[in-house]
Amino acid sequence: MAKVEMTVNGRMTSANVEDRTLLVDYLREEKNLTGTHVGCDTSQCGACVVHVDGKAVKSCTVLAVQAAGSDVRTIEGLAGDDQLHPMQEAFRNNHGLQCGFCTPGMIMSAVDMVNRLGPKLSEATIRAELEGNICRCTGYHNIVKSIAAGAKAMGKGMKKAAE
Amino acid sequence: MYDTTYTRAKDASDAAKKMRAAEDGQFIAGGHTLLPTMKQRLAAPSDLIDISHIKGMADISVSRKDVTIGAAATHASVANHSKLMKVCPSLCELASHIGDPAVRNRGTIGGSIANNDPAADYPAAMVALGATIVTNKRKIRADRFFTGMFETSLKEDEVIKAVTFKAPKSGAYAKFPNPASRYAMAGVYVADHGKKDIRVGVTGASSGGVYRAKNMEKALAKDFSADAIDGCKVDEGDMLSDIHGSAAYRANLVKVMAKRAIAAAG
Ligand SMILES: Cc1cc2nc3c(=O)[nH]c(=O)nc-3n(C[C@H](O)[C@H](O)[C@H](O)COP(=O)(O)OP(=O)(O)OC[C@H]3O[C@@H](n4cnc5c(N)ncnc54)[C@H](O)[C@@H]3O)c2cc1C
Repeated sequence: MAKVEMTVNGRMTSANVEDRTLLVDYLREEKNLTGTHVGCDTSQCGACVVHVDGKAVKSCTVLAVQAAGSDVRTIEGLAGDDQLHPMQEAFRNNHGLQCGFCTPGMIMSAVDMVNRLGPKLSEATIRAELEGNICRCTGYHNIVKSIAAGAKAMGKGMKKAAE
Repeated sequence: MYDTTYTRAKDASDAAKKMRAAEDGQFIAGGHTLLPTMKQRLAAPSDLIDISHIKGMADISVSRKDVTIGAAATHASVANHSKLMKVCPSLCELASHIGDPAVRNRGTIGGSIANNDPAADYPAAMVALGATIVTNKRKIRADRFFTGMFETSLKEDEVIKAVTFKAPKSGAYAKFPNPASRYAMAGVYVADHGKKDIRVGVTGASSGGVYRAKNMEKALAKDFSADAIDGCKVDEGDMLSDIHGSAAYRANLVKVMAKRAIAAAG
């Protein structure tokens, strides 16, 4: 057992967990943040993607103790008080989901994509960057559309913030 | 996953000391090979000794042509290192195609070469670049480091600290990714070190793990062109054969990837 402390969505958290506890289980079971999903549990599907110190990672393949002391952001920490994050809004407006299971991971990966590559993303770039996120219903078409739109909207937000 | 005890090492000798004290310990860096294996209960280390927080372990330095990459440098940091991109773009390119963006944010070069998966990308680069593996005990030439599928010459309490190499005059890596896993079905790294010193590292294909295609190296030293290797035989008997591809298919792929890499290295 280890006392694991980390910042989650801006708040300091701690829990006594076994060393073998996965980060995704720390978030879901200990912190009740069930927006982060477990899809394949074999590091392939990306339903569990969260940001650790600003970088997208598969939380089913990180131990909670490895993330101790880190700054973690989950899908629950993306929106403002009464407003969806522009990427969430874009998924809503573009019908970027059907069953919704992969969506939290898709959105966290999409935000990471914009953070790394900027708001102007070609379709080819988006598709290549989605290598680690699997969706079994949409055929990706509207997900790609959503990410392009969300990226653009994030770009406008960045511009405004800069002004 | 079976129970385990996790600790963070302060430095390489602390890591080695912790390893000697452990009943059945394993170093952990990104965990992107080890944790999936533990989840499948194919590995059950009593202790996990995290080497990724050791100071300087993730640093990359480039001084003229001399490159040093810390063992805990992630694939993403290798892929995006601007100075490395200037002297050895082929290695950045290789790193940028390992797994997916989230995998690249966690997986490390040290973990990849210590594991020596026969389908991993970095081993091909290490032998083609003539890299040296620097550990807490010694310096090991890449040719002597990789000793067979999932086998290296590392001792139990030996920690990789960094890899070093001289950037080649030109180089390129061509990979035929498995359509499902994206690991290499065959990957060939060609590096031209000048003065007729050409090295060709092959991964993904051989049942013995990474190897140097010496017959291709010889042919390329005479004539550095894709056609030059037309007469080079790739022995089917050494190739992996599985549901993804037969030995004959892989032998052919090795040549095709080699030609692509030669053409790209120019
Ligand atoms: C979905 C997915 C796709 C992938 N695709 C690819 C791919 O296309 N190509 C590819 O090459 N790889 C691929 N990988 C593997 C990935 O690159 C791994 O991250 C890498 O092989 C291991 O690095 P790690 O830091 O995660 O090592 P870990 O899992 O932490 O460790 C692996 C082994 O190395 C040992 N080790 C780690 N660091 C050291 C050190 N400094 N000194 C001594 N021993 C050490 C550990 O004890 C362990 O035995 C993929 C992985 C996943 C999950």
